[in-house]
Amino acid sequence: MNGPFDFTVGLADDALIAAQRLAEWTTRAPEMEEDIALANIALDQLGAARLLLSYAGELEGAGRDEDALAYLRDNREFRNALLVELPNGDFAVTMAKLFFLAAYQLPLYTALAGCADERLAAIGAKARKESAYHLDHGALWVKRLGDGTEESHRRMQAAVDHVWPYTHELFAADPAAPVDPATLRPAFDEVVGPVLAEATLIRPDSGWAPAGGRAGVHTEHLAFLLAEMQVLHRAHPGANW
Amino acid sequence: MYGNDFSAPNGAPDETPGGLLGEVEAAEAELRAAAARGRRGGPAPDEDLAAYFAEVVDAEQKIEPRDWMPDAYRRTLIRQIAQHAHSEIIGMQPEGNWISRAPSLKRKAILLAKVQDEAGHGLYLYAAAETLGISRDELVQLLLDGRQKYSSIFNYPTLSWADVGAIGWLVDGAAIVNQVPLCRCSYGPYARAMIRVCKEESFHQRQGYEILHTLAHGTPAQHAMAQDAVDRWWYPSLAMFGPPDGDSTHSAQSMAWKIKRFSNDDLRQRFVDMCVQQAEILGLRIPDADLRWNDERQAYDYTQPDYDELMRVISGDGPCNRERIANRRAAHADGAWVREAAVAYAAKRAGQKETVTA
Repeated sequence: MNGPFDFTVGLADDALIAAQRLAEWTTRAPEMEEDIALANIALDQLGAARLLLSYAGELEGAGRDEDALAYLRDNREFRNALLVELPNGDFAVTMAKLFFLAAYQLPLYTALAGCADERLAAIGAKARKESAYHLDHGALWVKRLGDGTEESHRRMQAAVDHVWPYTHELFAADPAAPVDPATLRPAFDEVVGPVLAEATLIRPDSGWAPAGGRAGVHTEHLAFLLAEMQVLHRAHPGANW
Repeated sequence: MYGNDFSAPNGAPDETPGGLLGEVEAAEAELRAAAARGRRGGPAPDEDLAAYFAEVVDAEQKIEPRDWMPDAYRRTLIRQIAQHAHSEIIGMQPEGNWISRAPSLKRKAILLAKVQDEAGHGLYLYAAAETLGISRDELVQLLLDGRQKYSSIFNYPTLSWADVGAIGWLVDGAAIVNQVPLCRCSYGPYARAMIRVCKEESFHQRQGYEILHTLAHGTPAQHAMAQDAVDRWWYPSLAMFGPPDGDSTHSAQSMAWKIKRFSNDDLRQRFVDMCVQQAEILGLRIPDADLRWNDERQAYDYTQPDYDELMRVISGDGPCNRERIANRRAAHADGAWVREAAVAYAAKRAGQKETVTA
């Protein structure tokens, strides 16, 4: 149903919006070391987003570069999954988002590294190494918070309960895509299950599976995120920065 | 890799070998040479420790953490290094303010990497202070309680994107002029930290200069934005060098200990002389009608910053003092449950390991 442009933009927008949210933590992290770690992950996501957006622009062939795609589309034209646009919440919510996203991106980029499209394969090969670190970092914090103090356990379980329903959208079938997201679900479950168990957390059993991001139907949060991200660029049409 | 994908325009800071970066490299070579020629052995059992300390300092050798040092030297260094570390951490706020709105993805990546570097400098400097026998937690508490200061410059607001450029060019520029001599500081861990910090700061300064250069050569609105930023940041940047020499409380002793190498006014002059030519290439005006070359002094005459304002900002009444410290306190308080969880988790893991090995 989707062409290579839509697929590529979807991955790019996941990475871009995740970067924008992670960067909101700058100067606010619970530890100075964590400030650095979150900035690192944000930089990785932003780097992947730039490569993917530039390639999407080439696929489209309409002369749009990474900035035109990032700054001049409205929220209905963004193709990211809803999970990445959810507000950061407390540190537990941010770690639940990071952990689930990385557990999806790692098998995705790994599969992409072996796909027929050479450009996507090269991006996948680079990004999967970064995702492996993101996954380690997210998993470690999920375990620390889940099996830390009573309060951290309560917060981490609440965060997992809150974010879990949004993971289903990541695996919506798209058989024509270079990598069909539906094929990534087993790898995701294999990673997530044991970490949640070790963290003494319960995997939610909710049937609610909000979706729509890949079709440009988002939560109310995305338009605010974009308003802030795009304001300066749009205030000076055609300017160089 | 994200931080360096631009080419600096002609005339960018530090392109000449004799520039500030050259001095950092010279200090680094000097440090290696001093280490290679070896220091005289430790003090004899009956030797006067103060005389021994003075001898090491006079010989341009480094004092190391294990060495005896005067209490006042230790206190001065702790105060100075901690203030520097706090400045890096608080200094993340004014620039971090523009990460979410950076006008291109490339600029966003460069700015995010820069603010991250500042966090790294902060940690590195706290570690240098810890070699003097005080913990990072204690120092952070002194900052949060308002009992230690950070650089007053970070109490000014960043009102436009051009402020990110002006901070890079002027504030980082002034910081480098201040810090390059510290690469030759008599206390080894601080000197070594400064070499690394100066190299990265010099990179940041070029990035800031490049932002301003792009704006100044962009649309009229962008040029106006750049000029407005330079107008607002010029005098606070001059004030970064501290009060005039006559009013400086710590200077003389620090010079004798070779912590400090040049006076506040000498460094300020050096900064002004450096900026004038760069401003011309930028196509931006330094907001000082009395700025002119003095042939006799071989330096520029310039208008002094408002030192009363500096004192007001240092004592807490700058535009953003309250906000900056409130943000840091909030981050610290909001993160307490996370840090407690990490400690509890580590204790549980350690307990499990003991059970297994027992």
